Amino acid sequence: MSKMTTILRMPTSASNTNSILGRLYQSTPALLLPIIGLLLFLAVWNGVAKSIDTSLGQFPGPAQVWEQAGALVDEHIAQREKAQAFYERQEARNAARVAQDPTYVPKVRDFTGAPTFFEQIWTSLYTVMVGFLIASVVAVPVGIICGLSKSAYTAINPLIQLFKPVSPLAWLPLVTMVVSALYVSDDPAFSKSFVTSAFTVSLCCLWPTLINTAVGVSNIDKDLINVSKVLRLTPFAHLTKIVLPSSIPMIFTGLRLSLGIGWMVLIAAEMLAQNPGLGKFVWDEFQNGSSESLARIMVAVLTIGAIGFVLDRLMLSIQRAVSWDKSSVLR
Amino acid sequence: MTGLTTSLLKRFSKASITVCTALAVTFAGASSVALAQEQKVGWPEKEELKFGFIKLTDMAPLAIAYEKGFFEDEGLYVTLEAQANWKVLLDRVIDGQLDGAHMLAGQPLGATIGFGTESHVVTAFSMDLNGNGITVSNEIWEKMKAHIPHENGKPVHPIKADYLKPVVDEYRSAGKPFNMGMVFPVSTHNYELRYWLAAGGIHPGFYAPHKGDTAGQIDAQALLSVTPPPQMPATMEAGTIYGYCVGEPWNQQAVFKDIGVPVITDYEIWKNNPEKVFGVSQSWAEKYPNTHIRVVKALIRAAMWLDENNNANRPEAVKILAKSTYVGADEDVLANSMTGTFEYEKGDKRDVPDFNVFFRYNATYPYYSDAIWYLTQMRRWGQISEAKSDDWYKETAKKVYKPEVYAQAALALIAEGKANAADFPEFTTETGFKPPQSEFIDGVTFDGTKPNDYLEQFAIGLKGKSVL
Repeated sequence: MSKMTTILRMPTSASNTNSILGRLYQSTPALLLPIIGLLLFLAVWNGVAKSIDTSLGQFPGPAQVWEQAGALVDEHIAQREKAQAFYERQEARNAARVAQDPTYVPKVRDFTGAPTFFEQIWTSLYTVMVGFLIASVVAVPVGIICGLSKSAYTAINPLIQLFKPVSPLAWLPLVTMVVSALYVSDDPAFSKSFVTSAFTVSLCCLWPTLINTAVGVSNIDKDLINVSKVLRLTPFAHLTKIVLPSSIPMIFTGLRLSLGIGWMVLIAAEMLAQNPGLGKFVWDEFQNGSSESLARIMVAVLTIGAIGFVLDRLMLSIQRAVSWDKSSVLR
Repeated sequence: MTGLTTSLLKRFSKASITVCTALAVTFAGASSVALAQEQKVGWPEKEELKFGFIKLTDMAPLAIAYEKGFFEDEGLYVTLEAQANWKVLLDRVIDGQLDGAHMLAGQPLGATIGFGTESHVVTAFSMDLNGNGITVSNEIWEKMKAHIPHENGKPVHPIKADYLKPVVDEYRSAGKPFNMGMVFPVSTHNYELRYWLAAGGIHPGFYAPHKGDTAGQIDAQALLSVTPPPQMPATMEAGTIYGYCVGEPWNQQAVFKDIGVPVITDYEIWKNNPEKVFGVSQSWAEKYPNTHIRVVKALIRAAMWLDENNNANRPEAVKILAKSTYVGADEDVLANSMTGTFEYEKGDKRDVPDFNVFFRYNATYPYYSDAIWYLTQMRRWGQISEAKSDDWYKETAKKVYKPEVYAQAALALIAEGKANAADFPEFTTETGFKPPQSEFIDGVTFDGTKPNDYLEQFAIGLKGKSVL
């Protein structure tokens, strides 16, 4: 692996001597090709969209989608203004009530308007992060145990294989009922729908992290393990000095897969369970059946894709930052 | 005299509320002292509320009460949330995730008597009259049309199911099940569709809950099944059902999208029939009595606004409903029925000024007789599997319908000068039973005080002691 990288890196180091022009020439395709790809995609989309007539009107092309994206921004701004007015009215009402009823303790309530597209994005992001963190906190230690001990792995493996292929939509009814039954409080810190979505996400993104961690830990270079033995490292030192550093690339591969799965699962779960978030936005728009619905759903689809992409890049840069082998190629 | 009362009230609005109340009582001649005390509604026990609704135009009173600040005027901070389907909505009201909801009139009744999810649900506010239609697919319409009498090149309305019968027979003899959609087993739509079909000699099938049969297709010639309202047009387009009964805008949607033709509105099946109600659980109503009255006050004002000046506010209401958080359909689709017209076959737009009634004709008052009509239909189609006495019907209606809460809300509004006593029933003498009504498509007379006699008049349907 490391030999491969050196070979790959060679031309780059050679190009250092080249002129700026040469470098520009080299980096142009890297920029140009994705742009060409995008433009081609837009052209094909535009062409195909025109020939698809649904009962909700023509399938939206890039122009309609762009227009609806603008409309969603406008709606967000309008809703913010309404919220502002709501708080002002509420203040006046509270003051009037205190004047009439001095025992009343005024309370400022949150804006009661419907969440806008951007608030739904935030809800989804927050939910997926919480679900992902819960899954990671469970999966990484269990994965390390499985990697270190052959017998633990043999014991847990059937469970992993059994639950890994289960669709989130199969878990959802169970999670919903269990959360309703167990999560009872008069003033809950989190809403039930949030807990349900977060747990469904966790259940589905446990597995890639678990498996990759176990594989990463069990495939540590024999030399390193021998070094550990020679130095008589304590189990804790063995873990922190040998196991974790060498399995970090695999752990992160697992985490990246998990986050990607979590994000997909969340949208499906929100759609089915009518929990707030982007999935609910898509479903509500579908139910509306207005002539703009499809374009608005398309905006959501592109947003979901873009966010998934950004999440993946974020994980990649964290992986690069914590990986000890800076020369390895990560993509 | 009532005019005098209101003008006096306006003049004295600065005076203490108790004085006003006393005046109102004296002038309106409302004798009961108890009422006088109740006219000043206490502060709400619960101020932050969440109400559910289904994306249908008749959720309008909720949207208007929110947008026009009527809820806030009552010190209530309400969040409105669209629900996926009627079952989810009812379950969430029962388990307390929702404080109340826009419900099918049959839902509080069905839940209370234990058909489906069992729980005591009550209503003090009827949300509207009429507002539904029956639509068939283009294919069925072409076949039906051959049997329908025409005048000036246009079909004569109301169209009876008699003209659908040959089509159903044709499908049945070809061995193809004739499937139709309605929105919920205890929905108005289910009963209206059944009423219309049965009046035309098509058997819509029985339920037998005591045998565990809740599909409602025993002996059926037309097979009815549940589809959530917003998905009706798509389901019909996919060919799963040949027709459906649903509220607006989903009939007009079929015309606009060119996938079906509405054949009849429920106004023609039963003139001014009660449609949706605002339902809350009994335990909620007991725990928050003042909040309940205040919610009803806000909803009454919203209903008045919707019908004000001969529907003058309807175009504005359409704009509000078209927002994606409420009904979200296109404005022109919503406007079609909301502004008093209805488009049958494409281009055949006719005036139906009372298609959606929110306030006039005492639309918002929860009449016991309305509840009893729904109970008779539950009995007729086997959802109530055995014979019940007339008294049982009355007791059940009184358990679920709460006109006393409505009266308190209305009297408070009158006392505040926000409503006119002449627009409400005379609360001191109102029995809650409408006089016998005969404006049904089959001409049968309904007298709410004699439910069992009413059932005897139908050729198709359970009656008397009959049990499946």
